[in-house]
Amino acid sequence: MKDEEVNILLNDLLEVYGYDFNDYSKASLKRRMQRLFALDKFPSFAEFRYRVRNDEIYLKRFVEEITVNVTEMFRDPAFYKLLRKEVLPLLATYPFIRIWHAGCSTGEEVYSMAILLQEANLLHKSLLYATDLNPDVLEKAKAGIFPLSTMKQYSENYILSGGTHDFSSYYTTRYDYAKFNRDLAQRMVFATHNLVSDGSFNQFQLILCRNVMIYFEKPLQDRVLTLFDQSLEPLGFLALGAKETLRFSDIASHYKQLGKEKIWRKGAS
Amino acid sequence: MAQGSIIKKELLLIGGSAGSLEAILQLLPAIQNEKGLAIVLVLHRRNSESLLPNLLSEKIAWPVKEAEEKETILAGTVYIAPADYHLLIENDKTISLDYSEKVHYSRPSIDVTFESAAEVYGESLIAILLSGANQDGSVGLKKIKEAGGYVIVQDPTEAVVSYMPQYAIDHVRVDAVLPVAKMPALIHELLP
Repeated sequence: MKDEEVNILLNDLLEVYGYDFNDYSKASLKRRMQRLFALDKFPSFAEFRYRVRNDEIYLKRFVEEITVNVTEMFRDPAFYKLLRKEVLPLLATYPFIRIWHAGCSTGEEVYSMAILLQEANLLHKSLLYATDLNPDVLEKAKAGIFPLSTMKQYSENYILSGGTHDFSSYYTTRYDYAKFNRDLAQRMVFATHNLVSDGSFNQFQLILCRNVMIYFEKPLQDRVLTLFDQSLEPLGFLALGAKETLRFSDIASHYKQLGKEKIWRKGAS
Repeated sequence: MAQGSIIKKELLLIGGSAGSLEAILQLLPAIQNEKGLAIVLVLHRRNSESLLPNLLSEKIAWPVKEAEEKETILAGTVYIAPADYHLLIENDKTISLDYSEKVHYSRPSIDVTFESAAEVYGESLIAILLSGANQDGSVGLKKIKEAGGYVIVQDPTEAVVSYMPQYAIDHVRVDAVLPVAKMPALIHELLP
């Protein structure tokens, strides 16, 4: 696929469906489009384009495939350890805790957070808003069913994050899947939200958006950080992915990083 | 005479897996880089190892750093793909990181970086594939060849693990198969 063809598809998405990917990093988008084109064995670009423009069911697959939906439970255990030790004790002082997982994909991080909150006896007074632009991945997140093959890794991550319970007590096994306990999902709210085009919808004490902004070009990164800043209460926390940073952004001066993990605390005013 | 000598080479890509660290520690200090080639290293490694930039800094005079997202690739600098992210290169020669599915059980994947660099750098690219135990790198080398780049593979008889270089030789029309000790001279010759 040529760069022009990628741009044609991006324009189609905007024109026909209102999805705006023009400010996404192009190298990754192009690679994922090429991968999908090969995977679904289209004989020509014209046929690929026709399908995207005219088949709404295929469009869902297309959007899900060109965006990256790889995620993990307790990824970067040191990050979760810091949440446990430094952030949750401060959140505990609030009568009610609101958390936003922006770009939550299939929900592994939301369930990780629910486990942390439950272990700190805070889940009952928390609300976890989990949003993504793909409705299909949100359905998976809602179900809380993940491949059993990943549980060994997740359990190791959990222990490294400071978890002391038996990780397998959080789910029941069915065939090749682990279904997470319903009480973890009780305080979760799932909704579609597009960071490119949608605005602030609530005030939070903690916003997590990990490995989402690496796919955005700089102007969109700045827009999204401003959106988070508007959605975060004074003294709230913003958590990013291991290779993402607030440095060089417009909002950086109001935030202070906690140690070397990618968690920043907003100033008091 | 090497074919690349009339085209300015801008970027040297080095991909390696099992058994490639020794080769890199031998190769990089031996490259004469007064022409200011940028170098990107893609190595399969364990999550926790972030020691490589320090290790290399002690052995070579030019700047060595872990690649950061949105960073512009500068001449004379060595960039190391961070563990657990794919490294892609944008048309404006900035770096993008990507946490998508592993390729050949690997993240970073050599193929992902090589393919993306081929599109951006074309003929101004040199790629080296070193020791390793999987098939990563071959598809990328093929793309680099098609785009006019120059492709070097470590002599499998010398490699600690021969599978990866041998697989590339079997599937790609490579420009040179060499022991590491002979690579710096060839690279020097390719630079105009």
